Amino acid sequence: MSSANQPSALSGIALIVRRELSQYFGTWSGYIIAAAMLALSGLLYNVFALGSAPRYSNDVLSDFLNYASGTTMTAGLLFSMRLIAEERQTGTFPLLASSQLSDGQVVFAKYLSALALIVIYLVLTTPLAGLVFINGKVAFAHILGGYLGLMLIGSAAVAIGLYGSALVDSQLVALIISAVTLVVLLLLWITSRVVDGWLGDVISYLSLHDKHFRPFMDGTVSTANIIFYLSITAFFLMLSRNALEARRWRA
Amino acid sequence: MIRTKGLTKYYGSRCAVRDLSVTIQDREIVGFLGRNGAGKTTMLRMLAGLLAPSSGQIEIDGQVMDATEGDFRWRIGFLPDRPPLYEQMKVRGYLEFVARLRGFPISKLAARIAQVLEFTSLTDRADDSIMSLSQGYKQRVGIAQAVVHDPALVILDEPITGLDPVQLREIRALIRDLKQEHTVLLSSHNLQEVHQTCDRLLVIEEGKLVFSGTEQEATERGRAQASLLVTTKGEKQLVQSTFDAAQNEGLVSNWDFERSLDGEHTLRVSAAREDAPESLAKAIVQSGLGLRALGTATDQLEDVFAELTEKAQ
Repeated sequence: MSSANQPSALSGIALIVRRELSQYFGTWSGYIIAAAMLALSGLLYNVFALGSAPRYSNDVLSDFLNYASGTTMTAGLLFSMRLIAEERQTGTFPLLASSQLSDGQVVFAKYLSALALIVIYLVLTTPLAGLVFINGKVAFAHILGGYLGLMLIGSAAVAIGLYGSALVDSQLVALIISAVTLVVLLLLWITSRVVDGWLGDVISYLSLHDKHFRPFMDGTVSTANIIFYLSITAFFLMLSRNALEARRWRA
Repeated sequence: MIRTKGLTKYYGSRCAVRDLSVTIQDREIVGFLGRNGAGKTTMLRMLAGLLAPSSGQIEIDGQVMDATEGDFRWRIGFLPDRPPLYEQMKVRGYLEFVARLRGFPISKLAARIAQVLEFTSLTDRADDSIMSLSQGYKQRVGIAQAVVHDPALVILDEPITGLDPVQLREIRALIRDLKQEHTVLLSSHNLQEVHQTCDRLLVIEEGKLVFSGTEQEATERGRAQASLLVTTKGEKQLVQSTFDAAQNEGLVSNWDFERSLDGEHTLRVSAAREDAPESLAKAIVQSGLGLRALGTATDQLEDVFAELTEKAQ
């Protein structure tokens, strides 16, 4: 028998995160996604948030955070669509599946790598918020709270994207599945308006953006909203893990 | 020692592997044979921990494997039919990544990587990116990743697919060398590969094990007679009469022309006696024919394989 190896989940997760990041920075895909989303953020900031008429700084910042939530969610889906589907397409998934890591740990490592990219992307958007802070009159806490919200909604989008990627081998199909899931979750607030009673309340509560992100846009940080986004993230990560485990039983 | 007990795998209502019980001893090279769809890959993927069996169990040195847990996986090295390579990585970096992913101790990593690079003759290409390598070198990297964490069992699924004859010979030697430190289980469609590489054969058909034993035992079990290929030079009629006479004497049970070109004839002969090769050579020379070549037909194992799998149906 060979010498005993010492499995370490943390080092395995760190290895996967590092490899994923080097893959993104070693190819054009990461730069292109980040550049496209930054360009879109800048455009939305200039055209809609700043606008042509004079506005209060708080309104400009709130609108910027609102539009930035859209680009952050889109970036989350684009960053995560390849995470598992590409491994299957290129035949490298058996490396991860036969590693010492459990399926849940592989999913978590993939999630962390895409989340790291979201954080980098958000850091790159800070000059836009900084312009409002320098030229206007907004509280720094408003910016911090807003960015916390962006990170949380980005985290949820990454988890949703990862779930799509865990389901199918095609990156494009993965993106479509995740995008549809995300849009359905976003539009729940409209659905809730036509559903009465407690069910309407539940649907309204599950809406990804409306009730839970608007407070962050105003700089209000509530534990309930943080828990909501963390729960959505955990739920889709769990589904992703289940999708991988199901493959071990299926084919 | 690796042992499977009643290993069964269903895909829906279709049974891909049925009640498979095999034992593989340490330092053994076992060839896994079967037709397309026979259940080979399913079996290998279960042994590699990529698939969970529907029932039955796999034991490695007495410990039962659980496909959903990663604890046992470092004991197994797996090369799928398509090498799992991150092509943009360099060979050394890739092997370090794989070894660490499988929990190989960092303190021993540099020495182990050097050892594996040397073993797979990749030392000179260690700092090249994988995408720049030829198919043969990529296959070497695939084998290197399967052994880099020093597993007890190395599973190779079709390791010679797509290789040219030179690469094939090199990879074959490499696989033979694996036996010094590992137990090896390989599947192949190339029966010659199994013939030249493995100590023992497992033949699977429709998910069931139909044979386990050495090649010689397979030949006996298949009752296949030794096939000889004979190349002679001379008149075709003389060749015909010489071999008819050999058949009448009970030296050969059957013979036929494989090809004839410019007075040179190659014949496939089913030997009926143990001394058939030397007696046949003597008869050919005495008849005045030229004897260009005489040897065992290299596709003999194919006959045995076909017979074993057809029997199972």
